[in-house]
Amino acid sequence: MGSAKQVDPAVAAEQFIIRDKVHEPMHDRFLWAVMQRRDREAAAIPEWEELREIASQIKEHTLTHLDRYLEEFEANATRRGAHVHWAVDAAGHNEAVHSILRDHGVTELIKSKSMLQEECGMTPYLEHRGVKVTESDLGERIQQLDHQPPSHIVFPAIHKTRQDVAQLFARTIGTDPNHDDPHFLTEEMRNNARPRFLAAGAGMTGGNFAIAETGTFVVCTNEGNADIGAAVPPLHIASIGIEKMIPRVEDMGVFLRLLARSAEGAPLTQYSSHFTGPRKGGELHIVLVDNGRSRRLGMLDFWHSLKCIRCGACMNTCPVYRRSGGLAYGATYSGPIGVILDPTFDEFKYSELPFHSSLCGSCSDVCPVKIDISDQILKWRRVMAQKGYLPFAKRVSFAVAGHVFGHPEEYHAVEKIAEPAVAHAPHFLLYNRSLNPWTRDRELPQLARQTFREWYLANRSTHAKPEHRS
Amino acid sequence: MQNPNTDRELILNAIRQNLPQQQVEHPAIPVFARPGRPLKPDFERNLQEAGGAAHDLKSPAEVQAKLEALHPGAKVVCSAVPEISGTRRAESVQDPHELADVDVGVVRAQFGVAESGAVWLTQEDLVVDGLAFLSQHLIVLLDPEQIVPDMHEAYRRVQLNETAYGCFMMGPSATADIEATLVHGAQGVRSLNVFFLPPV
Repeated sequence: MGSAKQVDPAVAAEQFIIRDKVHEPMHDRFLWAVMQRRDREAAAIPEWEELREIASQIKEHTLTHLDRYLEEFEANATRRGAHVHWAVDAAGHNEAVHSILRDHGVTELIKSKSMLQEECGMTPYLEHRGVKVTESDLGERIQQLDHQPPSHIVFPAIHKTRQDVAQLFARTIGTDPNHDDPHFLTEEMRNNARPRFLAAGAGMTGGNFAIAETGTFVVCTNEGNADIGAAVPPLHIASIGIEKMIPRVEDMGVFLRLLARSAEGAPLTQYSSHFTGPRKGGELHIVLVDNGRSRRLGMLDFWHSLKCIRCGACMNTCPVYRRSGGLAYGATYSGPIGVILDPTFDEFKYSELPFHSSLCGSCSDVCPVKIDISDQILKWRRVMAQKGYLPFAKRVSFAVAGHVFGHPEEYHAVEKIAEPAVAHAPHFLLYNRSLNPWTRDRELPQLARQTFREWYLANRSTHAKPEHRS
Repeated sequence: MQNPNTDRELILNAIRQNLPQQQVEHPAIPVFARPGRPLKPDFERNLQEAGGAAHDLKSPAEVQAKLEALHPGAKVVCSAVPEISGTRRAESVQDPHELADVDVGVVRAQFGVAESGAVWLTQEDLVVDGLAFLSQHLIVLLDPEQIVPDMHEAYRRVQLNETAYGCFMMGPSATADIEATLVHGAQGVRSLNVFFLPPV
């Protein structure tokens, strides 16, 4: 698999960083502020850690009984009047959506944000077949007008400045390029989108959760754009990944208390909408999509990534993501969650992503469903090494380090030798820009004069001489 | 017997083959301890955080006066509640597109949630779902006795088997998609005011 060229996130991140002195620091600052709001909200809930554990268990329970819950969801949604379709892959999803639109003679579609539709490449597919597709989420619309994918799963255009958006809107919808107040820009897009909502023959949404017990799916937005799309056109189509199942209505209390607090530091999104069958006078179609998810369920080391509720907290907390920008990952999913999801779609193309991480572990600490993200990143590195996907520069240094760290007796022997070696190596090997651009902004830490082992033996070990103990 | 080659059967069979060996039990959700303080001030504070506002009113006449004070230029007021007649009745709307010119929508929520300031509204409360989204402004009547502490209690109240559409609405439409700057009225309503008034 994987005829496409490997994505090189380090080179792309470097371009984001050296572009100017505005974009990267702004991106870093905004997302860190979101993270701080998340931390405040989490700290205000005494049972926060208990909720994370319960959410994790609910997801694991559902995924280990997924066939059962999908059948239950289908039966209940059908009983309530929804049409349920199944799609094994992206092509099947796109065909299903197009055939529903064709049967209804729909040529204009208004859609809310859906990472799954993004993953399936649905918009270009439909546009090639004559369907006019409009993103209704402001950030997604900005990205659509700029012919870029979303750079963040919650804040799709967070890598752009207000000036970027003002210039883009001037080019595409005819606003004043010098008027860059976000209130003005948002108002202009509201006025531009309103006639499209009214003209659309169908509204599309994703689904954040699908409740097996009632056949309901839940969509969380802040703009209310998903609801307009569902409430105004006569036809509503929802694309839902099979991993979005949860067993019972009661479980939703746990997930909604975690989702928006983790995503944006708010108790809820402005709208948490529950669709159970078609609305009065409307028609509802649900497309359940696999696209590699059932295969991932069988991957012992990686199936826990299916627990993801797409909050983006791992991205906001990640020092590498905040400085790289989401587009650097060259994939539908960016940040730490992208690093562990993207290779399940194409191991070769995304073989560099697991190395785009400092392995600090903060992603695992903030994940509301306790996915072992940083452990999985490390396991993906091993997969890439075994498959021989490492670029030459990394292969040499990792091979040496891997062997040495794997053999403690050699490590101790090498430790003292390494110091002078590292002191001489960097500038012709490690810091060679064309070999390894990722290191350009990074300095290796200075090696301590005394190794930790020497210090430990002298100060803390039971083998240490008593007079050395404090 | 299902055709094994349909997407449905392919997916379900692939899942069955790949189900993890480890079987995880569905966890019990405990009843969490809650602060003993009254719920209404929490609801009001969180609603304000979300960009909305709450008002204590004593009668339908006060509701009408407050509506006019908040939205003095409103030409089309579409009401789904008996307390306010409005210029258009929600029950008279045949097609949601007719709501495109509504300045103020008036609805009644079943209950509010203290920990967020959200209100629960269903298709039956809205009469036409679009009323809550195409209107420029929304007024939500709420019985101050009907506030639950948190989302766990909220989900014990909702009856998803009885409505095709239900929404927790927490303040007005909002976005922070341009430079993380908060703007209200992105696509849906520009303002959301909760009027505390028990039903007649």
